[in-house]
Amino acid sequence: MCDQTFLAATFGPCDNCSKASPLMNIYLKNEPINYCSFCVEMMACQGLQKGETLTSLKKESETLKKKLEEERGKLTDVELHQVAEKVEAVAALSIKTRRVLKGHGNKVLCMDWCKDKRRLVSSSQDGKVIVWDGFTLNKEHGVTLPCTWVMACAYAPSGCAVACGGLDNKCSVVPLSLDRTENLAAKKKSVAMHTNYVSGCSFTNSDMQLLTSSGDGTCALWDVESGQLLQSFHGHTADVLSLDLAPSETGNTFVSGGCDMKANVWDMRSGQNIQSFESHESDINCVKYYPSGDAFASASDDATCRFYDLRADREVAVYQKDSIIFGASSVDFSLSGRLLFAGYNDYTINVWDVLKGNRVSVLFGHENRISRLRVSPDGTALCSASWDNTLRIWA
Amino acid sequence: MAEGSKDQGGTGTSEPEEDSPNMIVYRKMEDIVTRIQDEKAGGVAIRTVKSFLSKIPSVVSGTDIVQWLMKNLAIEDPAEAIHLGSLIAAHGYIFPINDHVLTLKDDGTLYRFQSPYFWPSNCWEPENTDYAIYLCKRTMQNKARLELADYEAENLARLQRAFARKWEFIFMQAEAQVKIDRKKDKAERKILDSQERAFWDVHRPVPGCVNTTEMDIRKCRREKNPHRVKKSVYGVPDDGQSQPSPVHISSQPARKPTKEDVQKEITFLNTQLDRHCMKVSKVADSLMTYTEQFMEYDPFASVVEPSNPWVSDDTTFWDVETSRDPSQQRVKKWGFSLEEALRDPAGQDQFLKFLESEFSSENLRFWLAVQDLKRRPFHEVPPRAQEIWQEFLAEGAPSSINLDSHSYERTSQNLKDPGRYSFEDAQDHIFQLMKSDSYARFLRSNIYQDLLLARKKGKSLTGKRLTGLMQSS
Repeated sequence: MCDQTFLAATFGPCDNCSKASPLMNIYLKNEPINYCSFCVEMMACQGLQKGETLTSLKKESETLKKKLEEERGKLTDVELHQVAEKVEAVAALSIKTRRVLKGHGNKVLCMDWCKDKRRLVSSSQDGKVIVWDGFTLNKEHGVTLPCTWVMACAYAPSGCAVACGGLDNKCSVVPLSLDRTENLAAKKKSVAMHTNYVSGCSFTNSDMQLLTSSGDGTCALWDVESGQLLQSFHGHTADVLSLDLAPSETGNTFVSGGCDMKANVWDMRSGQNIQSFESHESDINCVKYYPSGDAFASASDDATCRFYDLRADREVAVYQKDSIIFGASSVDFSLSGRLLFAGYNDYTINVWDVLKGNRVSVLFGHENRISRLRVSPDGTALCSASWDNTLRIWA
Repeated sequence: MAEGSKDQGGTGTSEPEEDSPNMIVYRKMEDIVTRIQDEKAGGVAIRTVKSFLSKIPSVVSGTDIVQWLMKNLAIEDPAEAIHLGSLIAAHGYIFPINDHVLTLKDDGTLYRFQSPYFWPSNCWEPENTDYAIYLCKRTMQNKARLELADYEAENLARLQRAFARKWEFIFMQAEAQVKIDRKKDKAERKILDSQERAFWDVHRPVPGCVNTTEMDIRKCRREKNPHRVKKSVYGVPDDGQSQPSPVHISSQPARKPTKEDVQKEITFLNTQLDRHCMKVSKVADSLMTYTEQFMEYDPFASVVEPSNPWVSDDTTFWDVETSRDPSQQRVKKWGFSLEEALRDPAGQDQFLKFLESEFSSENLRFWLAVQDLKRRPFHEVPPRAQEIWQEFLAEGAPSSINLDSHSYERTSQNLKDPGRYSFEDAQDHIFQLMKSDSYARFLRSNIYQDLLLARKKGKSLTGKRLTGLMQSS
């Protein structure tokens, strides 16, 4: 597979300030220079003439955007669904609800699978976080948080802890104890601190780092043990609603989406915004990487889901229908990336053929909005969380 | 009923609030119901239906609506049309004339359209005082069709207790409303009464029904009426004793871009223009190839052997996956890319075993050590980084790896202020080295081939046995 090109290609001392950091390899008057991101910005600002107004800058920005659109347009020699015509259609799916998880007293807002493929954690508007064995429907752990609207929860890679956060503007890590009688809430540890609600959280490849997105417009990377902020990511101009880490073992990037209708790809090492995509017409509620890491999908309140390829640096598919008028809240890919599951505010889950662009199935069952859905780690099942206070597992 | 003086339907100029997520959906539903009512443009005929001794004005049948939806929104399955229609009803745009429960049925059930005055896009958040006035008024009018349902009677009793002190005021308002209503034309009253009832069915739904006015708290800030200033349905002035809205998120003013923001944007756009991108045809092929390769492993696209645990309740599939002996199918995946091989712990083990046989395991061990370094807590990173340097890169290192001088220099510099990413360059080089060199040989090695073709140690496959037989005969 082709390597992703991102800007921070090397790591070392900056040509300008000598600090060791991820470097941007850019050209200035045909001369290659290796500056750290801070020095690049300083240089960019210095290059401006005095008296340049906001209006003239905006004009310049608009011109560049048009030019960029033109350049990208030249590379759009064909549409994805046209190339996919030669691929066989997906066999008819017979997906049914296999489990219904009841126990939350209010809307279920988030869920995440454990790496063991059967356990999962869910969080609710009622302040409760529950860890389930999805297979047996057994509730294994329960934590009550002091705040309502726990909008984000995640399972640690080791399976020994969960992270959760929401309206309290924090994200906390709770170690899971084998001792059922132990009060888990007492062991809860605050890790992330934002200045507005926490909308999403994810552990990186280890239990030691936590990545969060927030209504304060930023994302942040935290060291779990010390609670230290390792890196913050600025660039969104409104609430960030979702994030997803690139699936690569060697990757250091993640994508975020928010109320500014933009999806941004970030370098975790430098905090730099590497790529940005703006084609949705309303809030982006969810972003998720395609399994190879070369592309990602997004779900939006404009009732569409879109597919972006990072190498082509543009949108390559839109999944929409006249009869789908409610916003899409969550998306995830099947293991091969052929199917895209999308949960909507009209209580349904639509299954799309990623390559051909058509809808292959619609799943009814929930009695209120879908807030989140996730395919299990081995791809055998799909779990959906809903405002109807339940979670459903489909296969 | 209150005079529809403040028609906040909002036509013409689009304000920023118009683009809020809720508004987008409301506008789409409004577009649909407007089109359904437009008989000349292919809509449904709204008519008066004769029933026993009376006439039922301004109705359509459920089937009519379902048929229209299927035809005009390209819906093939009636179930889907019913589902969409029910949602439109649940939001109060259409309603059954004889039921508090707002769903759409594909039969002769009669439905009416809601008045734009009561549309959800007007950001109603009616007070309990208004609801009390409404229920009170209903009890005053001696009409069978206006009798309170059980849940409404319960609600009224509860409100009477809550508003005990100002009940006289509420009673007076209700009387005033009844007087206003009496002045209206009989047919018109039937329609208005039903629309008013449908309004309350949305804002005070039947217990067990979805309350479609519930909002996603993350989106509340940008609503037309963010602080939810109460607007009375019946023109009752706010006496200041109403409770504040439970939604109290500090509303941040929309950030206006500064000069610096735009300068940053310009820099960003310039770097994007310099970026080398691939053609869509090429990425499309790449995506198709990847998907094709993994389709056989995808439980939603292929059959799982022996069975999908969630479907059959049999966990054999999981037991096999976690066993020490990887299946042929799993081993085949290691051949897709070095990344895939390393992602599987068994693949990692086998690759390491192979490298050990070639006396070049230090490369993989270095790569694994750096991966582990990145997963350590913050304070453990600097000492561990030093350890890695000593083990793999320092002069006379026990597991010395081969780096080009440029990377070596860089890494050495980085170690002066050791951090999580100090070895990024080096790790990348070593990975590329393994990928282009050792990995290819690994795939051809006996270690790998034996597993791929499921050759057991000591025993040979049928083919070999046959050859043996033939030789001996």
